[in-house]
Amino acid sequence: MTDSFTQHSPHLANRHAAEIRFQWAGRVAIFLALAFLFVMIGSIFYKGTGAFWRTYVALDIDLSKDAIDPQDLAGASYGGLVKKALKAKFPDVKARRDRRKLYGLVSSDAAFALRKWAEENPAELGGVRKFWFVASDDVDVLRKGGIDVEGKESDRRVSDKELKWVATLAAEGRIEQRFNWAFFTSGDSREPELAGILSALVGSAWSLLVCFFLSFPVGIMAAIYLEEFSKKGWWSDLLEVNINNLAAVPSIVFGLLGLAIFLNTFGLPRSSPLVGGMVLALMTLPTIIIAARAALRAVPPSIREAALGIGASPLQSTFHHVLPLAMPGMLTGAIVGMARALGETAPLLMIGMVAFIADVPQSILEPATALPVQIFLWADSPERAFLEKASAAIIVLLFFLVVMNLIAIVLRRRMEQRF
Amino acid sequence: MAYALEKSDAAQLGPSEAVASDPALISAVDVDVFYGEKQALKGISLDVPEHRVTSLIGPSGCGKTTFLRCLNRMNDLIDVCRVEGEIKIAGQNIYAPEVDVVSLRAQVGMVFQKPNPFPKSIFENVAYGPRIHGLASKKSDLQGTVEASLKRAGLWEEVSDRLDHPATALSGGQQQRLCIARAIAVEPKVILMDEPCSALDPIATAHIEELIDELRQKFTIIIVTHSMQQAARVSQHTAFFHMGVLVEHGKTEQIFTTPNDERTESYITGRIG
Amino acid sequence: MSVSRAQGFDITHKRKLNIAALAVHGMMILSALVAVLVTVGIVFSLAFEAWLFFEKVSFWDFLFGTNWSPQTALRADQVGASGSFGAIPLITGTLLISFIAMAIATPIGLASAIYLAEYAQKQTRDVVKPLLEVLAGIPTVVYGFFAALTLAPFIRMTGEGAGLEVASESALAAGVAMGIMIVPLISSLSDDVINSVPQSLRDASLGMGATHSETIRKVILPAALPGIAGSLLLATSTAIGETMIVVMAAGLAANMTLNPLDSVTTITVQIVVLLTGDQEFDSAKTLSAFALGLLLFFATLALNVTALKIVKRFREQYD
Repeated sequence: MTDSFTQHSPHLANRHAAEIRFQWAGRVAIFLALAFLFVMIGSIFYKGTGAFWRTYVALDIDLSKDAIDPQDLAGASYGGLVKKALKAKFPDVKARRDRRKLYGLVSSDAAFALRKWAEENPAELGGVRKFWFVASDDVDVLRKGGIDVEGKESDRRVSDKELKWVATLAAEGRIEQRFNWAFFTSGDSREPELAGILSALVGSAWSLLVCFFLSFPVGIMAAIYLEEFSKKGWWSDLLEVNINNLAAVPSIVFGLLGLAIFLNTFGLPRSSPLVGGMVLALMTLPTIIIAARAALRAVPPSIREAALGIGASPLQSTFHHVLPLAMPGMLTGAIVGMARALGETAPLLMIGMVAFIADVPQSILEPATALPVQIFLWADSPERAFLEKASAAIIVLLFFLVVMNLIAIVLRRRMEQRF
Repeated sequence: MAYALEKSDAAQLGPSEAVASDPALISAVDVDVFYGEKQALKGISLDVPEHRVTSLIGPSGCGKTTFLRCLNRMNDLIDVCRVEGEIKIAGQNIYAPEVDVVSLRAQVGMVFQKPNPFPKSIFENVAYGPRIHGLASKKSDLQGTVEASLKRAGLWEEVSDRLDHPATALSGGQQQRLCIARAIAVEPKVILMDEPCSALDPIATAHIEELIDELRQKFTIIIVTHSMQQAARVSQHTAFFHMGVLVEHGKTEQIFTTPNDERTESYITGRIG
Repeated sequence: MSVSRAQGFDITHKRKLNIAALAVHGMMILSALVAVLVTVGIVFSLAFEAWLFFEKVSFWDFLFGTNWSPQTALRADQVGASGSFGAIPLITGTLLISFIAMAIATPIGLASAIYLAEYAQKQTRDVVKPLLEVLAGIPTVVYGFFAALTLAPFIRMTGEGAGLEVASESALAAGVAMGIMIVPLISSLSDDVINSVPQSLRDASLGMGATHSETIRKVILPAALPGIAGSLLLATSTAIGETMIVVMAAGLAANMTLNPLDSVTTITVQIVVLLTGDQEFDSAKTLSAFALGLLLFFATLALNVTALKIVKRFREQYD
């Protein structure tokens, strides 16, 4: 040892260099994790925001008496009218294969939309009228820049001819992007341009409702029992260990349980939000119990003593005084649990909530799917336009998760202020 | 070199009363310490003589531990803590920008209130310092250092046959002596002791006190203590702190027999504290 | 002065049967029982279905067989009509992906935890910790989507640029995404553990002139080791049981390989594949999913019990 505190021996310099390196390792690790987060979220927003708009094509439709007989609206060939309008627009397309491609510029929904309009506005029939129809998914992807137009024709889904048609229409101001309300108001569809998330959202909502009404009361009752009434001993130890382990069981195992017990043994309806909610409830139960116990523990013992001191029974003390104070904390735990359940996919696959569901489920017994399962289904689909939908559905899912967690944070803040 | 005797608030005595036999190793001049807005120490000026035991006494919260922790800059670890003034050890200002805390602490060791052995073996505890500071290049050197340190801390007899046992299995007094052995293994100039016996029983305390007296041959020791008797038994010099100021300091027997300040007298006679 | 009669001062217990109170008590006990029943239900339902499976396929062939091709034939006389159910390729596939995930998550999670617990300023902590928690809150289907559609093509492109042969559903892509997913699990648990190492040990080490990183590496980490080991075990168990990421990003072919650029399949992927779509209920193919589920349950249970025990003992040591 020397007398100096400032001498920089090579040994000391090495130690300080090691210190700096060590700190940088930490910074780099945090940077990597957060970079991944931002790249992932960023890429999903980048891919998904497009789905909130969709492409429309304007066509001049012949509404004369010859085309649609006002006396016989059902007898008209609306599909034929749309085709006629396209043919009139591009008269030099003759070959059958090209014609079929030409007709494919607009969605198969066009004929239905036209018919619906005619039935609602019979007085306005006659003459020629400009209509905006939903474009096909290929045109939609093309307009959003998702197709490499410079590449070889055989490598892309859109041929040179189609490119030319779309360009012509666009030059005439017959192509437009509009907000895609249908994404929120319709169910799944085989046609990407028509597919929406409503049926999946409703399925998720039904499942979460079932999940909440099963797991919240049961979880709270179990927590009160464990925290306020059960005596320390092998029984409470067993419950404790059991709950902690249950919280770490892979979610897919709960799905297997649901399949074997709820579907095969009890014969509950397959694919239904009822069974989905029950499985999610079992999965969420440990989370809720653990959070509820923490909330009970946070209530100062003086409250219990005060209640018992004026002659309340332990049950009265708990339900009249302790439980109301612990409620915000319990709700926070429940919301966090629900948010987890909302994002859960694997157990729902096990109980068959993975089917193609176009209609909005009207009750908890009808076949349904859920938002994350819809994402999984769309992500698995070969059509590019569905990937955009999947990204958009993820954005919606993340939105709900953010909202739920914000509510939980606000509740927690208010609770922390109280004690 | 002078051993100063002065009153911090208003100097009633002359600034220095020479004690020729006790040259100062550490000299603090006008040290202020702040924790955020709150001032914990006010204008402390104190010289600490070499190869002596100096005890810092005073009621709880008087700033004696804060002052002790300034001497090896342990206060740097507290974000809101700010130290002003000058503390020189062997002529160097330890708060100068070019000072390296790591090498400072290697030369100003510390023993804490509660024994805090690392959860490792007895050998590893003592070998830790020499290892990180690169003091022993060969294994045999390291073993020598460990043995010497344990011997000097009076622990060798008790643990020589179980150096690989966990240190946490030792008794409280043994643990504290191990912590002392750990501190002296890096051959510091100064050892700071923060109430080293407060967690120990009387027998273990007596052991440590004997040890402190022996260690003075080689090291300069500053000890914070709550016990007046301990200060009287182990130290040659005593400084009395009260509410963030250094009330008075001097030779231990003088402080205990003829204190200059009535606050000192009240404290020693048990009226405050 | 005479003692007045204690009128109305009756402190003897009246045994009135309070039905409501009893009912509430009963409901509470039942609710607590549900948690136990779930565990029992899992074990029994999985074991029952697995038992039916082992009547068709020998237990040893399942556990030690190296060929997994569960497709049962359409006609009984077809070649390989019975399918083969050797779980080894699934186990190695699961372990390979989990290993990649842990190889990513351990250094990142630990280094973040150490930095946040020991170095970061309060403001940094307040921002970074919730952001890391966000990683844990994102549904796994999102990780799967990103792994399958962005990460896998990227890895493939990079690999092929370097002249390597990369499967389009490489184990690496699934493993990396899974690794990032479990980073917050490791970092938040390790952060807790590091924070519960007593300050006195830090003081002791710093007080003798150790640098901060020496203190961390030689004193704090060894002291926190049991807790950290527990968090790593829990993370491993999560990786093994994770389903959506591998369903979307890993392959279906049961390859036995240790090459992260190859495609492998996992236990969870096979459970999903076997049980989605049309199924006949007592075919060996369907039942094998329950045998795999049982295997998965016990593997993760063993990891969890060990991990929780280690962490609990660690907590007691420093409380």
